[in-house]
Amino acid sequence: MSTVVAEGKTWGGGNQPLKASYGKMMMWFFIVSDALTFSGFLAAYGFSRFKFIDSWPIADEVFTHFPFLHGVDAPMYYVAFMTFVLIMSSVTMVLAVDAGHHLNKSKVTLYMFLTIIGGLIFVGSQAWEWNTFIKGDYGAVQTKGGNILQFVDGEGHRVALRDFVVSAAHQDRAQHERKNGLWFVSEGSLPSYTMDEVIHGLQANKDVLVRTQILNEAGEKTVLSREESINQIMKNGKVVVEGANLHVNEYGSPLFADFFFFITGFHGFHVFSGVVINIIIFFNVVLGTYERRKSYEMVEKVGLYWHFVDLVWVFVFTFFYLV
Amino acid sequence: MAHEHKLEIFRGLLKFKSNTQKIWGVLAFLTLVTAVEVFLGIIKPDWGSFLGMKALNWIFIILTIVKAYYITWDFMHMRDETKALRRMVVWTAIFLILYLIFILLQEGGYVFDVYKDGYIKRDF
Repeated sequence: MSTVVAEGKTWGGGNQPLKASYGKMMMWFFIVSDALTFSGFLAAYGFSRFKFIDSWPIADEVFTHFPFLHGVDAPMYYVAFMTFVLIMSSVTMVLAVDAGHHLNKSKVTLYMFLTIIGGLIFVGSQAWEWNTFIKGDYGAVQTKGGNILQFVDGEGHRVALRDFVVSAAHQDRAQHERKNGLWFVSEGSLPSYTMDEVIHGLQANKDVLVRTQILNEAGEKTVLSREESINQIMKNGKVVVEGANLHVNEYGSPLFADFFFFITGFHGFHVFSGVVINIIIFFNVVLGTYERRKSYEMVEKVGLYWHFVDLVWVFVFTFFYLV
Repeated sequence: MAHEHKLEIFRGLLKFKSNTQKIWGVLAFLTLVTAVEVFLGIIKPDWGSFLGMKALNWIFIILTIVKAYYITWDFMHMRDETKALRRMVVWTAIFLILYLIFILLQEGGYVFDVYKDGYIKRDF
């Protein structure tokens, strides 16, 4: 063989040193860059957490809800369920890829369908999780310095604002709505209670104490004495906070909520786009596109993306809920 | 097109008969690891601290990396790729991520010290 032919073969394509097709390799490189994006977010979360290491919210106290079990304290169970759903849909995806290797159209169809269902359950669960987090549960008071004061009873159990604060008939002021003034100026809904009502409620209920966000040596939040509690609320309390958004967060540092929304939101967006891509590929499978092509490699490529989404969730789960 | 899969996991300790069987085996293992994580997350045993972080947190991080390994190697079939592709993807990511984490956590700890020992009042 002459060198000219050999060179034409080497540089003219058709030579696969990595034994992977162009599309698959590019999917891998996309995944590397996306993994670095997610690491950037998670590392930034770590930065903020190390910055406030002595006052970061305890995840077990934040995510304690389970759908249809109202008032039951179930830390972590729901998110464990979500993790399992995502791993399970990863399994059906890899089974679809495997069936694709055997050119078994009906099995690929079934497994792709199950993968899509798993993805939808996960996105729905995440929406529920967000909704619970945004609505909040106990309510808290934010101080002038931006710290969060929560309420507990003598045994250290959390007490919700609605349990000890009485709402007076006359509110301080009405919520400013667009229809009452400039059409482009409005504000979010006002908290159910005013600061004065919280102070009255605290004074009237002898066994309610204030809990600050500072963690003690045992890793628990510091509970103030009765005098300190009233003093702290009267002196520094500024706003009543219910639930969490990008400005305030009844569970502790607003940064916790910001990163929660941003990272799980970005991940949820990946899951959502993964579901959309899976649906497109699903219809291609049903229509027999890959059957005619005699190769189900497209299923393999979206599979890589789908597994990556699962992989990211494994890390999000650890750093948001466990550590 | 032949699709050969390496069917043994745990360094050859466990060998499966078919690819499908391996997938279910890996699922069982991942579920077990997740269950252990959730269990430890709920009871939160106090095992002291190690290298400036709670020992329990190190265990969580190690278990997470174990899970990530099996997802990448068996679900994403990294085990069946050539060595060069594997190293390109994995080492690049690992090197850059470790570097980023080191810098940001170092800086975060420093800012914490400035807040704590410096002249910035936060307790109000």
